Amino acid sequence: VTLVQALFLVFGALLVVSSLMVVVHRNPVTSALFLVLGFVSLGAIYLTLRAEFLGMVQIIVYAGAIMVLFLFVLMYLNLQHDVETGVQIALRRGLGWLMGVLVLGLGALLLGRGWASGPASAAAPATHGNAHEVGIALYSRYLFPFEITSMVLLVAMVGAIVITRGRRAPGAPPGAAGDEGGAS
Amino acid sequence: MAALWSNPDFQFVFWAIVKIVVILLALLGVVSYLIYVERKVAGHMQARTGPNRVGPLGLLQPVADILKLFFKEEFIAQHSNRVIYHVAPALAVIPALVTFSVLPLGPLVTVTDINVGLLLFLAMSSLGVYAITLAGWSSNSKYSLLGGLRSSAQMISYELSMGLATIGPLLLAGTLSLTGIVEAQSRMLHVGPVPIPGWFVFFQPVAFVIFMITALAETNRAPFDLPEGEAELVGGFHTEYSSMKWGLFFLGEYMNMIAISGIAVALFLGGWNGPFLPEPLKVVWFVAKVFALLFGFIWIRWTYPRLRYDQLMNLGWKVLLPASIVNILVTAVVIYWRQPS
Repeated sequence: VTLVQALFLVFGALLVVSSLMVVVHRNPVTSALFLVLGFVSLGAIYLTLRAEFLGMVQIIVYAGAIMVLFLFVLMYLNLQHDVETGVQIALRRGLGWLMGVLVLGLGALLLGRGWASGPASAAAPATHGNAHEVGIALYSRYLFPFEITSMVLLVAMVGAIVITRGRRAPGAPPGAAGDEGGAS
Repeated sequence: MAALWSNPDFQFVFWAIVKIVVILLALLGVVSYLIYVERKVAGHMQARTGPNRVGPLGLLQPVADILKLFFKEEFIAQHSNRVIYHVAPALAVIPALVTFSVLPLGPLVTVTDINVGLLLFLAMSSLGVYAITLAGWSSNSKYSLLGGLRSSAQMISYELSMGLATIGPLLLAGTLSLTGIVEAQSRMLHVGPVPIPGWFVFFQPVAFVIFMITALAETNRAPFDLPEGEAELVGGFHTEYSSMKWGLFFLGEYMNMIAISGIAVALFLGGWNGPFLPEPLKVVWFVAKVFALLFGFIWIRWTYPRLRYDQLMNLGWKVLLPASIVNILVTAVVIYWRQPS
């Protein structure tokens, strides 16, 4: 095995183990931390496949931004253990098993048909995955989906602001309700 | 052995490890004396002398401090989450160290030059939040938790402006490699008869100011040291930490300062570029510029009072963020306009 292949195996194993720990671990904060570890090892796998830009963005967006907010909420609620019981947890378990089986089946199918090329077998071109290539693709071929995505994000942002502002009582001056604190 | 030595993979790993060890040891020395400098400068700014008892001019003070830290009693708060409590201090140091791997110290002196160096720095600074957040949460103490939450909010807010401020130099250089960005600043410009260095700070003054302000916030330095505001939060996120674990947070803060100053020098102040010195010695220019910025950090700390929390959020979201977006827009338009069609 070459160095890159060895690194691929190490980070792949790390990704699998940390993803399992996300599901298996009882403490939500620990689960979230394993998810961060998973994202970082996924970023490292992108690096071994020569998609440097994607790897770094993976870490910045998922591990650096999204998971910090997740963790923020988890800590704020201070959930030590999963307290839900009864129908809801049964439903969630059932759905989880179903999804897990589906994903496993899909993976087996892909491997069986040889659609997934496997670890670092076909070396990507040297410039592939770099910022330049991604930028050109985003602003030419995928411009429409890119713009649609930004619109969706904008809608979500406006929605979040509307929710946090709260409902103003009729006749109350603007900014009377839900106006404490800064944007955090 | 000879076969192993001729393996290019092995050589690559071996030299990388040598460079990492050298830089790590050098950094430990620099950090301990940076703390000494900070105390001395603080002393003289307040008409005191600063540490002057241990060794000549107090120069052995850092050694004494470190020895003291190692011999302190290790205290672990009850009901704290042990594993995370122990991992958090390490997380404070690791991102800063990883950033050093892409810092272009000199034309020949750099651990590695990757074509996404700038993104690596941004990724590492975004991971830096975890140390403080996790330390605050796992300590199981009100003060720590509040400090940790404050710091998450602060770092998320200022990260955006920092990332956007780096886009200005990026557009000018046209590369994400830090070495490439430094090389793009090596030519001299002529304003009339006066030659000036082509540093990006002259083209991107707004971005430079935004970057330095956000750098203060990202490293939790005064006037943005709310996460550890001692008047309200005792010690903030590291209230429950003692001995060398506390020392690691301290180490992380100063390493972050050095790393972020190094990035600022590479992005805005021309990196290793400077007159007089031959190629191998250009690293001296880099070090000198980094120390000038570090002095600025210390100067600001002992000059300005701490911001209030709402002022902090207003500054981040309502001033720095719009300013950095406008800066990108203007830069992009000017570059497009000046491009030969």
